[in-house]
Amino acid sequence: MIPTGAARRATLVLLVLMAVTAGACAKKEPPVARPAPPPPPGSADATRPPSPPEPVPEPEGVPPVPVTEDDIGSRSLDDINRDSPLRPVFFALDQHEIDAEGQRVLQHNAEVLRRYPTWQITIEGHCDERGTAEYNLALGERRALAARNYLVSLGISADRIRTVSYGKEFPFDPGHNEEAWAKNRRAHFVVTAK
Amino acid sequence: MQSPFRLIAILLVLSAGVTVFALQDPPAQPPQQQSEIQLEITGQAGAPPRYAVPDFAALSGDAETTEAAKTIGQVLWDDLAFEREFYMIPRNLYASIPQARTEADVPWDQWRELGADGLVLGTVRKDGAGLRIEVRLINVRSRQVVFAREYSGSAGNPRAYAHTIADEIHQHQRALRGVARTKLTFASDRDREKILTTVEDRDVKEIYISDYDGANQRRITVNRTLSITPTWAPDGRSIAYTSYVRGFPTIFISYIYEGRREEPAGRGTQNWLPAWSPDGTKIAFTSNRDGNPELYVMNRDGSGLRRLTNHPAIDTTPTWSPTGTQIAFTSDRAGGPAIYIIGADGLNLRRISPGSNCDRPTWSPAPFNEIAFVCRTGPGYDVMIYDFASGDVRQITFGEGSNESPSYAPNGRHLAFTSTRAGRVQVFTVGRDGRNVRQITHVGNNYTPDWSR
Repeated sequence: MIPTGAARRATLVLLVLMAVTAGACAKKEPPVARPAPPPPPGSADATRPPSPPEPVPEPEGVPPVPVTEDDIGSRSLDDINRDSPLRPVFFALDQHEIDAEGQRVLQHNAEVLRRYPTWQITIEGHCDERGTAEYNLALGERRALAARNYLVSLGISADRIRTVSYGKEFPFDPGHNEEAWAKNRRAHFVVTAK
Repeated sequence: MQSPFRLIAILLVLSAGVTVFALQDPPAQPPQQQSEIQLEITGQAGAPPRYAVPDFAALSGDAETTEAAKTIGQVLWDDLAFEREFYMIPRNLYASIPQARTEADVPWDQWRELGADGLVLGTVRKDGAGLRIEVRLINVRSRQVVFAREYSGSAGNPRAYAHTIADEIHQHQRALRGVARTKLTFASDRDREKILTTVEDRDVKEIYISDYDGANQRRITVNRTLSITPTWAPDGRSIAYTSYVRGFPTIFISYIYEGRREEPAGRGTQNWLPAWSPDGTKIAFTSNRDGNPELYVMNRDGSGLRRLTNHPAIDTTPTWSPTGTQIAFTSDRAGGPAIYIIGADGLNLRRISPGSNCDRPTWSPAPFNEIAFVCRTGPGYDVMIYDFASGDVRQITFGEGSNESPSYAPNGRHLAFTSTRAGRVQVFTVGRDGRNVRQITHVGNNYTPDWSR
C-alpha cells in the first residue's frame, strides 16, 4: 500500500537529483519547481509576493563584490545574525515550494556558505498567522526542508544544515495585514557555528 | 457515617486543592435518606428544576471563614450553572432572604414565592487550621433533605469544596459526570520574557494550568523558550508538551506534582504535538525523523515506536478515539489540510472533513460520538463538529474572531478553544451546542488548550 523505507529513501534521492536542475519540492505532485507555482485560488493571489516584499532588515550588502572576510568572518555569531549575509526566502500562502525568486536567494546564500565553509546554519521555517497553530508547525518544517534541499542540490553539504519549524510562533512582522503575512511566510537562516 | 467523609477530607488535605479532580465520587447515599423519599428534585411541568444557592453560613466569626462561605456559595452556583441541567435563580434575587443555619430556620414561604424547587443550604466552620463544611440539598416543596454531605480539610482553596459539591450534586440528581474538578492546560506568553539565544525579539511561551473555570492559573514550566501544545495524561498526574529546549521541537512529559520530566521520544529527533491514548499507555505524535512530517505512536516510556502514516504530504495533529482503536489527524495529501481517520494499526484510512483548510481534530468522549475540528471560514477559523451517526458537520462558532484548537471536556458536553474575539488570543469554553461561551484567560496570549480527563 505504501512505499517501504528503502523505496522512500530512493524517492528522496531521486527528488534531490531532480532538484539539481529544477529546484525541488517534496510534495506528492510531480516536482515541477521552475515557473513559480500558480498562486492558490482566491484571496491568495494578492498575497503571493511577485518579487517578495523586500524584507525589512535586508542588508544593503552582499553585492557582487563580496564583503571581505575580515568584515564578516571576524564578527561574532550574534553580529553576523543581526546583519546577516544570508537572506530569507519567502513563500506563497499555504505553499512550501521554492519559487524563482527563492531560487535566486538560495543561490546567493549558497555562495556565502561556500565563501565561509566552516559555517553551520539552521534554517527556520515560519508561517503567517492565517494557518492554524498545529498545522503550521508541519508547514514550517516543509519550508525549511525545501530550502535545505535546494541548498544541498547546489552542493552545500547537508551536514552543515539543520532545520527547525516555528510554525506561526515567531512572526517577523506582528501586523495583521497582507504585507506582514508576506514577510512572515519565510525560511530564515541562522548561523550557529563558524 | 463518618468514613466516606473522612476519606474525602484526607484526599482534600493531601491534594491541597490541586488534584481534587482525580477524586472519584463515593457512591454512598446520604445515610439519613429513607427509600420512600423522592430523591430527584423535579421542576414544574417539564421545566428544569429551579435551584437557589445562597451564601453558605459562616459559623465562625473570623474573616477567613466568612470569605470561604461567600466563595463556596458563588462558585457552587457557577458550577451548577455550567452544565445547564438546572435553572439557576440569579443570586441577587434572594440576597435579602434571611440566611438559615439549619432546616428549622428556613423561611420556606419566601423560597416558594421565588419559585425555587431546590435549595442548597450550607455552613462553614473553622476546624483547627482548616474548615468543616456541611451542605444539604433540600426539596423546597416537600421540605425534605435529598442530599447531605460533610467535608473537612484545608482552608487554602475553598473553591475546591464548591467543585466537589457541584460534581456530587450533578451525579446524585442527574447521574451526570460534572467537570467542576477538572483542569485546563495551555501555553501562554503572558510573562513577556524574551528568548535569550536569538537575535530577533522573541517571546517565551510556558505551560500553564488552571481550574476548568479559569481560577488558580499557575505556570508549571520554566524553560524560557517555546513550550507549546500541552496535553493532560488521562490520570491527571502529568502533562506531555512540545518543548524547544533542545533548539528544535521535542516531546517532554512533565510530572507536575513531582517536579521531574521525561523525554520519551528519543534524543536528536524532532517530535511535536503529543496525544495520549485514552488509557494513558501510549502517545501519538508528529515527527520528521524520516524526512517528512508523519504520525508515529510510542509507549509512554518511548519504547515500541511505530510509524502510522507514510505519505509525502503532511500528516499531523493526532487525536485518539475513546476506545483507542482509531486516530483522527490532519493531512494535506489531497491539497489543503483536511481531517482523516485511520485505524491505530495504520489501516482503513478515510476522510471526514468536507472542506480543506481544516485542522486540530479532537475526538469527543462517550456518550457523544463526534469529532470537533476547525476550518477556515473567511479571514479566520471556526469550530466544526462531525457527527458519526449522521455524517453531518455542524458549526458552533461563527466568525467572532478566529477560533482554533478545540479540546473536549471529559464529559463531552463542552469544548475549550482559543479565539481572537476579545482582541488577543485567549482561551474560552463553549457548550457543544455553541452556547454558554466563557472567557478563561485574560492576560497575554494563550494557546492550544487541553482539558483534563
